Amino acid sequence: MSDDSHGAARSGPGQRSAELGVAVVMALFALLVIYGSIQAGIGWGAEGPKAGFFPFYVGIAILIASAVNFVRARGESSSELFADWGQLRQVLAVVVPTAVYVAVIPWIGLYVASLILIAFFMKRLGNYGWHQIAAIAIGLPLVAFVVFERWFLVPLPKGPIEAWLGF
Amino acid sequence: MEELANLMHGFSVALQPFNIGVMFLGIVLGVLIGVLPGLGGANGVAILLPLTFTMSPTSAIIMLSCIYWGALFGGAITSILFNIPGEPWSVATTFDGHPMAQKGKAGEALTAAFTSSFVGALFAIVMITLIAPLVAAFALKFGPAEQFSVYFLAFCSFVGMSKEPPFKTIAAMFIGFALAAVGLDSITGQLRLTFGTETLLTGFNFLIAVIGLFGIGEILLSIEEGLKFRGGKAGMNPKVVLQTWAELPRYWATSLRSCIIGCWMGISPAGATPASFMSYGIARRASKRGNNFGKGEIEGVVAPETAAHAAGTSALLPMLSLGVPGSPTAAVLLGGLLIWGLQPGPLLFVEQKEFVWGLIASMYISNVVGLIVVLTCVPLFAAILRIPFSIIAPVILVICAIGAYTVHNSTFDIVLMLVFGIIGYVMKKCDYPLAPMVLAIVLGDKAEENFRQSLLASQGSLDIFWSNGLVGSIMALGLIALFWPIFNVLWARMRPARAAT
Repeated sequence: MSDDSHGAARSGPGQRSAELGVAVVMALFALLVIYGSIQAGIGWGAEGPKAGFFPFYVGIAILIASAVNFVRARGESSSELFADWGQLRQVLAVVVPTAVYVAVIPWIGLYVASLILIAFFMKRLGNYGWHQIAAIAIGLPLVAFVVFERWFLVPLPKGPIEAWLGF
Repeated sequence: MEELANLMHGFSVALQPFNIGVMFLGIVLGVLIGVLPGLGGANGVAILLPLTFTMSPTSAIIMLSCIYWGALFGGAITSILFNIPGEPWSVATTFDGHPMAQKGKAGEALTAAFTSSFVGALFAIVMITLIAPLVAAFALKFGPAEQFSVYFLAFCSFVGMSKEPPFKTIAAMFIGFALAAVGLDSITGQLRLTFGTETLLTGFNFLIAVIGLFGIGEILLSIEEGLKFRGGKAGMNPKVVLQTWAELPRYWATSLRSCIIGCWMGISPAGATPASFMSYGIARRASKRGNNFGKGEIEGVVAPETAAHAAGTSALLPMLSLGVPGSPTAAVLLGGLLIWGLQPGPLLFVEQKEFVWGLIASMYISNVVGLIVVLTCVPLFAAILRIPFSIIAPVILVICAIGAYTVHNSTFDIVLMLVFGIIGYVMKKCDYPLAPMVLAIVLGDKAEENFRQSLLASQGSLDIFWSNGLVGSIMALGLIALFWPIFNVLWARMRPARAAT
């Protein structure tokens, strides 16, 4: 929602565009809340105010506040940057692997996914040697396994590799 | 003096070697949690809760509460040295703490922060000892209207006291309320805002939101700033500590006021974060050197830290005496009580004397332990922040994922956590405050319940919120807090006008 075509000419999306975008998204969210509340009923029922009563006014409040924020943001100068492309690339370099990590946990389990995540970060951002990477990327999930599965008796998501190892 | 005898017995419980051991462990883990970006008191306690299943309830609560105290202490370290609030309640500490560190006065700032924390906590503990047995009786008189007015006051102070633009605070806060409303309506038992999806049936858990907004969001922000913490050195030595201690009594008025604000905000479920902001804001207005606030004024460290600790500690008072948590972390502790088979509420003081008084006595001891640990180990904890980001970032991501998963044993929660993280990042970049949003998610259902019950009692008339002195004055205070920015603008306009004449 922060990427806005207005900022493409400069070296990053503008703060003003981002703020306008956020205000619009919030207003849309408010409309969704208002719509959902009306579905649930916003009047009075047998037990007093119906389920949608409170969220309806909450939605109205978000709508008003985003409108004010939108108008305020329009008045801001457009020179300030939200972040430059380099910074956004850095952020995406964390978000994308994390999204993949989150997506694969149900399939390969948390331990193996964590191993890959840590190794990836250490290689990509820290450029460590394979010995160090192996030590930390294998060591930490092992520690987590002992701590959670053995000491705390809290099972974490496991995949085929753990099953193959007999856990 | 039956309480005194109970307290003495509590000390004999808390001073058992095993309990002293878990106290140290809890404090150290807590400071670690407070120092690491993305791990906080609430999710730290939540992640570590299972560790206590095999202990006695008393040892368990001592350990978990110590994690909480440790996190309260630890938040100040990152705020001052790295300008990164490890905890939401230490945001206000960055305003003056970090400028002090930049001026090379990190040692003074840290000593002031820790000592103020200790003073605030001690004040709150003494208060708990004295009035916890009595408070149940008083607050049992609170009807829904009074309860709502307390929430109202808390949320209004957010709008009036935070440094973000008021309408952004309002937007963030009400989004929190909306998220809290998703799922089963507690009064009518009706589903709402789920739009037919099954995953939204249970609504949004505040722990997931906390882990995402503060944990993941924080990591994204720091990575954008260049993968490393730009921090001051922790120049701690006994001389600096003693010098600062000699200076601190000068701020007794700020300290006392912050203690009182903290205790009040902690008892009402406002929690440590608004208490620290409120205390900072009031100290800035009251201080003779108010104009220097934000540039490295020691009083600007004393005020929020005292209030945050007083609030964080006194948040246990309503939890113990009423079964109503005063802060997100206290809410997690309350969950612990239930798991250990104890029923939170006034009966605890009758049926579980050893547990209650053991906990209260442990609070005295553990805050002394905490002060010693943080004063002596600051360089150690600061060193943790110098571990390269490429290692610490994925490790924190993994810990957050584990924390999010264990809330409901649901992998969907890990997805939600990441979504909240991205939202947190964008909101923070656009100057939207996150703390009121989280608090609204936590308290939304309760606030709504009280609001609707009040309206039910009054047949829909809002007059019920002015129907007696107690509820009326709390509501009035709330309105003053809400319109505080406007008063401020008017005041600023009047002043130059007067100067001109």
